[in-house]
Amino acid sequence: MTFFYDKLLGGKQGAIGLAIIALLILVVFPLTLDLFRLNLVGKYLTYAFVAVSLVLLWGYGGILSLGQGIFFGLGGYGMAMFLKLEASDPESTKIQSTPGIPDFMDWNQITELPWFWVPFESFGFTLLAILTIPALFAFIIGFAMFKRRVSGVYFAIITQAIALILTVLIVGQQGYTGGINGITDLRTLNGWDIRDDSSKYILYFINAFLLLGCVLVGRYVLTSKFGRLLLAMRDKEDRVRFSGYDVSNFKIFVFCLAAMMSAIGGAMFTLQVGFMSPSFVGIVPSIEMVIFAAVGGRMSLIGAIYGTLLVNYGKTVFSESFPEVWLFLMGGLFIAVVMFFPNGLAGIYEKYSKRLFSCLRNGGDCGRRVTARILSFRTKSRATDDRRTGEAA
Amino acid sequence: MGGFSYEELQAILVMQGFAGLSLFSVLLLMALGLAIIFGQMGVINMAHGEFMAVGAYTTYMLSTITETYVPGFMNYYFVFSIIAAFLVAGVIGYFLEFSLIRHLYKRPLDTLLATWGVSLIMQQIFRSVFGAREVSPTLPEWLMGSYQPTDTIDIPLNGLFVLGLTAFVTGAVFYLMFKSRWGLRVRATTQNRLMSGAVGINTKMVDRLTFALGCGIAGIAGAAFTTIASTGPTTGSLYIVDTFMVVVFGGAASLFGTIASAFSIAQAQSIMEFFLSGSMAKVLTLLTIVVILMLRPEGLFSIKIRK
Amino acid sequence: MNTQATEGLWRHARKLLVAMSLGGSLAIGPVHAAPPTADVNTTGLAVTDSTVKVGILHSLTGTMAISETGAQEAEKLAIQQINDMGGILGRKIEIIQEDGASDWPTFAEKSRKLLVNDKVAAVFGCWTSASRKAALPVFEKENGLLYYPTFYEGLEQSHNVIYTGQEATQQILAGLDWVAKEKGAKTFYLIGSDYIWPRTSMKIARKHIENVLGGTVVGEEYKPLGDTSFGSVINKIRLRKPDVIYAAVVGGSNVAWFKQLKAAGITGQKQTLLTISVTEDEVLGIGGENLEGFYSVMKYFQSLDNENNVAFVKAFKEMHGKDSVIGDVTQAAYLGPWLWKAAVEKAGSFDVDKVVAASEQGDIELHTAPEGYVKLHPNHHLWSKTRVAQWSKDGQAKVVFESDLIEPNPFPEGYQ
Repeated sequence: MTFFYDKLLGGKQGAIGLAIIALLILVVFPLTLDLFRLNLVGKYLTYAFVAVSLVLLWGYGGILSLGQGIFFGLGGYGMAMFLKLEASDPESTKIQSTPGIPDFMDWNQITELPWFWVPFESFGFTLLAILTIPALFAFIIGFAMFKRRVSGVYFAIITQAIALILTVLIVGQQGYTGGINGITDLRTLNGWDIRDDSSKYILYFINAFLLLGCVLVGRYVLTSKFGRLLLAMRDKEDRVRFSGYDVSNFKIFVFCLAAMMSAIGGAMFTLQVGFMSPSFVGIVPSIEMVIFAAVGGRMSLIGAIYGTLLVNYGKTVFSESFPEVWLFLMGGLFIAVVMFFPNGLAGIYEKYSKRLFSCLRNGGDCGRRVTARILSFRTKSRATDDRRTGEAA
Repeated sequence: MGGFSYEELQAILVMQGFAGLSLFSVLLLMALGLAIIFGQMGVINMAHGEFMAVGAYTTYMLSTITETYVPGFMNYYFVFSIIAAFLVAGVIGYFLEFSLIRHLYKRPLDTLLATWGVSLIMQQIFRSVFGAREVSPTLPEWLMGSYQPTDTIDIPLNGLFVLGLTAFVTGAVFYLMFKSRWGLRVRATTQNRLMSGAVGINTKMVDRLTFALGCGIAGIAGAAFTTIASTGPTTGSLYIVDTFMVVVFGGAASLFGTIASAFSIAQAQSIMEFFLSGSMAKVLTLLTIVVILMLRPEGLFSIKIRK
Repeated sequence: MNTQATEGLWRHARKLLVAMSLGGSLAIGPVHAAPPTADVNTTGLAVTDSTVKVGILHSLTGTMAISETGAQEAEKLAIQQINDMGGILGRKIEIIQEDGASDWPTFAEKSRKLLVNDKVAAVFGCWTSASRKAALPVFEKENGLLYYPTFYEGLEQSHNVIYTGQEATQQILAGLDWVAKEKGAKTFYLIGSDYIWPRTSMKIARKHIENVLGGTVVGEEYKPLGDTSFGSVINKIRLRKPDVIYAAVVGGSNVAWFKQLKAAGITGQKQTLLTISVTEDEVLGIGGENLEGFYSVMKYFQSLDNENNVAFVKAFKEMHGKDSVIGDVTQAAYLGPWLWKAAVEKAGSFDVDKVVAASEQGDIELHTAPEGYVKLHPNHHLWSKTRVAQWSKDGQAKVVFESDLIEPNPFPEGYQ
């Protein structure tokens, strides 16, 4: 029980924080929003998977990946391939020259299902693939780069390039991937119509529970010894290495974990939105997802969810009423978060709550507690955790 | 490739060689500014592409003004617009460093995010001022068309011009960095900021001017780019990855590495484009760079510095 | 709006009325006497006794905003003109505009909003194939009605979409026939941007060249979207010496492509080039001087010299500024509201199924279209003419060939 309370919920503060977000997502939104808006929130929450993964990877690990869209995309495409195959049964595709294969393949003179599509006829395989393929991909990238101590800026730029390569590849190989249009017109999941109103509610709740699950996993990881090492690595990688730890293995692990979380988000995205396209794989969505995490607070798992919801809400509201202002605002947000609120919403909340609950003396949620613990190990000369070194230059 | 005469093949070889050179000069011009900012200062300027767009839009404005008020000057305005592009982009860079970048030198990953924000704001400014459409300046006649040394060979004049410009800018940068007092200060600051300050170098001013110089060169690249492509609000973001790849591939701290890397990337890409279809050439070029970088993270040429 | 323009509109109105009564749709009364709402709206659409709501769904922001602006402006112009004539079934059209923001899920979401929350009777919108493909399942699920203006790759025929632009075969075949006959072209080099529309178009072009015209394709090339280095491609083209370069390059790449062609000495005087991706809108960016002498194949050009078009160009420029240009898609978008009006009045109802059924009769026609007479085919596409025009320095094109009305054939046998 104490394990549950301390490790997963993060003590009293953490439990309250989790309860509030759970209440908001699971009760308040479904009760107050119409289905259209709820579906939008559901889509935003799929991005929150990536934001949460970035808190682990970037906030705690100090590894900035500008290519999380890759994994979001891999997960999304995995699910889309399964759904597309189900939607392309010989009956509903009988006007094609080759019935039974996805329509875009038929348009591209492909007469046989490509080999790498075949396993996606099985739902079990698809679920497995959604988790393992991105993790495997992350492992390969991570292994190649972390073992050679590529970090910081170089890692960011190379992941960005990989995101670009994947986009060009998907667009270019349209016979196998649906090209720039993506994989569209997805209908049923094992016979269950995902476009119905009731299914949209169900999918929303599945999505919400999975997201909260990811937050718990994240908390578990961070409150374990591993989490402390991660943070120590971020701030003084060499010291951790000299202490006898293999730094790269930890980095690879957290990168794979982040990839899996992003992929779950991608798969849920496909289910809720009804299609997947290369525009969610590329550079721009990847960077936008970083800003979700930054706005929420790069050190707070729950903050990442708030950040995602807030930025997307802002995007929807502003692009509806003042489209010209939106980019200014978004740009300003990037700058403001970096310059003035390096810990985002969570940081502001902490400052505020500290003043309010100063008698409680509990201080901050999980992120702050761990930080505080680590700080006590470190020399006093670097008292503020805002000042992050990033790449050890 | 049967069925072609010896002369034809020779002509294609010459022109293909030139296509590679031309791409090389474009890549190098784009990357030089970034090499200074990223390589020397360690700042990730994601708005580098937008500074190119500033240069391009400056050229477009000057072209429109010249066309309206002094049409007789059309043949010469382009030279002035390159200088103007350098100055405008440089001045904007100077203020950007002053207002934003200097606060973030200790946090390179955060500069990345902040300058991405700057790039979004600049894109929207372009859109509000110049409209969403792609624009191109009217080019002087002497930049259009081709030079024909023989009947079968056409060398694009704009390519020759960009090549010459790149040579000039590269020469100037090398002179500035390695032969002038100012370059000495820049290198000293890069290598040891505290010590440089101690011997009386105004390191803050050096930073500001270095950043402004990098942005100004991006402006020149933008102006030169109007001769081969168009300019829109989001043009800059198209080149940012390519540009970063050139700098990183060359070894961030080495200007010579940037040249070598631009050359090899350009040749590889133009040869692959000749034998493969466009998309696959792009994928293969990028993939090769990424794989090489994974095997050799420090890039082609690295300067040994203390980590 | 000044009197001349208003007169022009009344001329439209009279012609349309004549057309409709000739079409045999006498069941409906005079346009101004509004039938009761309960009769014209049995499916809960946003129709009142005096108004009917429609949606306009284009990108106002993002990378596609530049292309979609014209279409959106033309749709507003048509709707205003219809309102000035008294509206549809006595009801004024009210526009609910949504921004697709160049983002495909946004198109799907906004479609759902328009159909489910706003209950609009019709939507005019989408531009790229990707946005249409994203929105299509929503229209089919919620049984909405979309008027889609862009010339596109075909291979689609939805119950819920009326395609007012040309499908690929309409645009391609006539142009190829012309160039083969007029220029004696035998060898072709195909180049396009790398996505579905150019690839599908080139596939159709290749089949036609090889199987019908007896020519050869000496090269086929696709460049990534946004790519600007064409040096190697131009050398390849030079090596192959095609009679015709057949191009479908789009966006920023398009400008780079034509600039670099000119710089390489490949100009309209020396080389026949036929493109299916350049309209007046693109010329603004490319520059007339870089296009001089090359040919575009479209169904509409701003320079068309007929009474309808002169009035349309005038009205459009009055509404959106004298520097605005009108490309093929803009004109096709303008047809949307008029075609919808004709179908609603024929059906005597706003109900989507009835409007679609009326549209599928094959006798919805417009005599007043700027491109000339058009007729709606039961397969939801338009019969239309295809024109080949040669660009001049000032950014306008002179029509050199005009086909007969071509039957739309979105699923062309032998071309797939």
